[in-house]
Amino acid sequence: MLRFVIRRGLQLFIAMFVLSVLLFVWLRSLPGGPVTALLGERGTPESTAALREALGLDEPLHVQYLRFLQRALEGDFGISNGVLRGAEAIDVFLTRLPATIELSIFALLIAVTLAIPLGYVAARRHGSALDTGSVIGSLVGVAVPVFFLAFVLKYFFAIRWGLLPPSGRQSVSIDATHVTGFFVLDGILTGEWDAAWDSFRHLILPAIALSSIPFAVIFRINRASVLDVLDEDYVRTARAKGLQAPVVRQRHVMRNALIPVVTTIGLQIGALLAGAVLTETVFNFQGIGQALALGFETRDYPVLQVLIMMAALIYIIVNLLVDIAYAVIDPRVRTR
Amino acid sequence: MSTKKERIDRLADAGRVSREEGISLYQSAWLRLRRDVVFLIGATIIVLFVILAAIAPWIAPHDPQAALLIDQVRPQTNPVPGPQDGFPLGADYAGRDLFSRLIVGAQQTLIVGVLATFGGLVGGLTLGTLAGGVGGWADAVVMRIVDVMLSIPSLLMAFSIAAVFANPSQWTVILAIAIVQVPIFARLLRGSMLAQRHSDHVLAARALGVRRPAIVFRHMLPNSLGPVIVQATLVLATAIIDAAALSFLGLGNPDDRQPEWGQMLGKAQDFFNSFPHLAFYPAVCIIVVALGFTLMGESLREALDPKSRR
Amino acid sequence: MINRKVAAIAGATVLALVLTSCASDRDGDDTNTGTDDGSGGGDTGGGASDATFVFGAAGAPASFDPFYASDGETFRITRQIYDNLIEYEEGGAAPGPGLAESWESSEDGLTWTFALREGVTFHDGTEFNAEAVCANFERWFNQNEVGQNAAVSYYWAADFGGFAGDGTDSLYDSCEATDDLTAVVTVTRVTSKFPTILGQAAYGIASPAALEEFNANDVAAEGEGFVFPAFATENPTGSGAFIFDSYDEANGTITLVRNEDYWGESAGVAELVFRIIPDENTRRQELEAGTIQGYDLPNPVDWAALEEAGNNVQVRPAFNILYLGLNPTTMPALTDDRVRQALYHAINREQLVASQLPEGAEVATQMMPSAVAGYNTELTAFEYSPELAQQLLADAGMSDLAIDLWYPTEVTRPYMPDPQRIYDSIRADWEAVGITVNPVAKPWNGGYLDGVQQDQAPAFFLGWTGDYDSAANFIGTFFESPENNFATHEYTWGQQLSDGLRAADSEPDEATREGLYEQLNADLMEYLPALAISHSPPAIVVAGNVEGLVPSPLTAENFATITITE
Repeated sequence: MLRFVIRRGLQLFIAMFVLSVLLFVWLRSLPGGPVTALLGERGTPESTAALREALGLDEPLHVQYLRFLQRALEGDFGISNGVLRGAEAIDVFLTRLPATIELSIFALLIAVTLAIPLGYVAARRHGSALDTGSVIGSLVGVAVPVFFLAFVLKYFFAIRWGLLPPSGRQSVSIDATHVTGFFVLDGILTGEWDAAWDSFRHLILPAIALSSIPFAVIFRINRASVLDVLDEDYVRTARAKGLQAPVVRQRHVMRNALIPVVTTIGLQIGALLAGAVLTETVFNFQGIGQALALGFETRDYPVLQVLIMMAALIYIIVNLLVDIAYAVIDPRVRTR
Repeated sequence: MSTKKERIDRLADAGRVSREEGISLYQSAWLRLRRDVVFLIGATIIVLFVILAAIAPWIAPHDPQAALLIDQVRPQTNPVPGPQDGFPLGADYAGRDLFSRLIVGAQQTLIVGVLATFGGLVGGLTLGTLAGGVGGWADAVVMRIVDVMLSIPSLLMAFSIAAVFANPSQWTVILAIAIVQVPIFARLLRGSMLAQRHSDHVLAARALGVRRPAIVFRHMLPNSLGPVIVQATLVLATAIIDAAALSFLGLGNPDDRQPEWGQMLGKAQDFFNSFPHLAFYPAVCIIVVALGFTLMGESLREALDPKSRR
Repeated sequence: MINRKVAAIAGATVLALVLTSCASDRDGDDTNTGTDDGSGGGDTGGGASDATFVFGAAGAPASFDPFYASDGETFRITRQIYDNLIEYEEGGAAPGPGLAESWESSEDGLTWTFALREGVTFHDGTEFNAEAVCANFERWFNQNEVGQNAAVSYYWAADFGGFAGDGTDSLYDSCEATDDLTAVVTVTRVTSKFPTILGQAAYGIASPAALEEFNANDVAAEGEGFVFPAFATENPTGSGAFIFDSYDEANGTITLVRNEDYWGESAGVAELVFRIIPDENTRRQELEAGTIQGYDLPNPVDWAALEEAGNNVQVRPAFNILYLGLNPTTMPALTDDRVRQALYHAINREQLVASQLPEGAEVATQMMPSAVAGYNTELTAFEYSPELAQQLLADAGMSDLAIDLWYPTEVTRPYMPDPQRIYDSIRADWEAVGITVNPVAKPWNGGYLDGVQQDQAPAFFLGWTGDYDSAANFIGTFFESPENNFATHEYTWGQQLSDGLRAADSEPDEATREGLYEQLNADLMEYLPALAISHSPPAIVVAGNVEGLVPSPLTAENFATITITE
């Protein structure tokens, strides 16, 4: 077991190193750069050259990379020059991480509370109109571009009907104390109920838009997995034994069917982050996704580097945890 | 471990059966599909879409590129001319007939989807045959790369690739989306061939002294056709949606003379507040067509997936 | 049955959440502007109002020290915190009194005496006087190596051109406080720009005590970015109508509060909040939802709808120029005068301005707007004549001319609301006279500006918004160095043009100087290094209950005059 963990840890290290090289080269191969982003049409040959020099962009790529690596190993990821100028890039990540986590959790909650019951019902009535309808419905969710769904939700709920705030994380009029950076949690912790409620209302629309991605996947997996389990011998045996239907469902069907569902949820992080870029941009939600889009626009290399590396790290670690959990359950995996 | 990979692998398994068995498999699949509402809806949408794309230039009332109503366009008072005689949906921001652009847009949309999918298929075929056919270290290296690529969300990857091109155009959009699809097809084809390696017809061919490339191309690949078609159908849907997302993020084709739905949607975002219909029409078209491909692909997959045959 | 119950409960919960949030919104809605209890505003315009004005900013400020900034988002905020020696007149571009009530120069134009306002205090309670003025000049002049970087102290480097100990000539020589309220500034050469430049936001006068206490000059470059000292990030201290309160980075809001001890009329709102909303659509939606009360540069497409919804779209006078730049580096055919003239004659600018630019836009007759001193009123718009264009091309043997026309994507500028449409219009005009146009579209930050500045684009769109009322700020910026975006060093007249611009700038006599600039403008329309297209008025929009905002052609609005009515 220990060797398995060590080996995967080593793989993680190598993966991060390779990613950092690729990322570094990719960013600098993008057309344009931070210099033009900062100077705009005011750039002159002199100011452009001076800025390139000051930012260290005039040096050969490998020199730049080695300097970046050396600093990164000391925990210094550079200074933002676009998203939040003058701030440590890592601080941009840390300030914005809670927003994205908060949004993702709400999106997952919505997806799970809808998809699991629906998937179960659809599977139980396999082939019925309800089943067909919900399958088509979940696929509609796949077919609607996330940013368009976000636009439509905002247009109707915020603009036309004025029911919910159109964008942002918290109203300006709310004078809230931030403890953790999770605004809803902050409101609850400090007892500022109006702040918690206000932040919650800001979360609803983006969370619904973002939930369309995991919803379809969770629904599909859950439906398939319930179908599989319903067919298993132990369920038939349980039924044959004369166990009551609710007991069979709870103890045998749902419990076993949920195992693949739970791992699926863990693996939705990548997709959620991709969706967050679009959703957060539309809803001006100050999270990682919006910072990625802004950083890209302004060619903020340090911020992009730290955001993508950290997102990848989180993604890989979650995968690793899922794998380890599997290895604990199923010894065959370890020897592979 | 990832569901994406699992789904590909399960589909690849469907290619294991030999051609003789295959006939019965496809026959039974067809029998099931004929009664499948999901499949029928999807197929109808796609057939209509393809017909529309084929005859679009002849049924469009106006030239989609001609700025016919440009004289009415005034950036403040009338940025987007409304519906009028001969222009049922009005014009777009450049005075071009919106209805004609929607109709003709089907063509480019189909072309982008098909070319991107085809590009992904060709790339995947090359990598997949290399891995599945040659085996050994080539297999290990290729599959390692493929797995890494699969673990990155497709949209982020398309975004990263599209961003590098200095001169964005329709072709860079197609290329970016195609590259993202390569690992999917590679894993599918490789899995499908691996599954067949020890099947009777391949063993028989090998015993008869048929050379390796011949086995791969004459015996293994044809049997992988079913899964490939299924996957291609699904990929078409994501290709169309991803093209729209790239356009939304400003990485699409900047030249908007030739209409394409994804680009129409992306360009309409500046007008979304005052003229949401500019975004609404192409969006609905995209959603319906993407839904058509997804419905058809999913029902085909279920019909072909041996595990779900009950 | 449990499954159905689970589904029902889940559904009901979500529904309930949505519904309750809708219901409560009704009572929450009117508190968000703070106007409900702010009854003191209105006509009296006094400082009694405790209303909040929330402005939708398009981006985060670089810092709160304008000296280290060159972007409008930063200046919009710092302008409210700092006062300048010279302030441009309300709604105009002419220099007028600010912290200096008057000023005069010596005969030779090198020594400038500023008579300062009495009774001004900085936000930290220290007194404003001549010593403070000189402390600011010395602070600007004495920058460390990073501070001397032309990209960090952009305006000083552009206007004064040198720092203490960097070995180059600086326009600035010395500053002396001859008495408490008289500051004498000496410059090293005569220039038309001084002292007008001092009205720019970059030269906001800060409290010397705060500058020192919070190490204002300790700017550093590390890790591919610049780190600003506490003065710039947490303790900006000026004497303006608003005092910096806080910057909430997690929520993207910057809060300023009214300076109750302001020397002038105190601000009409108690709190001024800038909310960062990068997406233009979202800014408009927030305005409609009433959660912000204004934003800059609304899309001309939305002007009518915004007005209809009861908002106030304030159109500023056009103080900018859009031009089509030509660069012969990659296309030697452009050095032929007839080719450049043909390209210009072929463009139907009347139609372009009418159909693609907002109301109030004008066809340009020269490379700067009419409000700038040195504008040549005798020049008329370059003639639109496709026939003449064809004739000229034929004479030059260029009837089959093909040209790469560059245009930017992912950007709107005050002078160029929709680059693609402007490109479309010109492409059609050029194609009509038989020119083959190859479109080259690149993202503004993603290769467009780079390509233009590296002489790769033979024809491109660019423009300029004036910083202050001076021809030097327009045509001087474009052409004074022969190594410019138009590669004028390739032309026989390139050096002559540069010399002429330099001579005009250093002419001390105002009338003579204006005459020189008028002649230069006429020359430029002969030389045609760029085709002047249009002047386009940018707008700023505020909610219907916001009064007192005076639109500035320099896009330098003072928010202290704003009041919010019921």
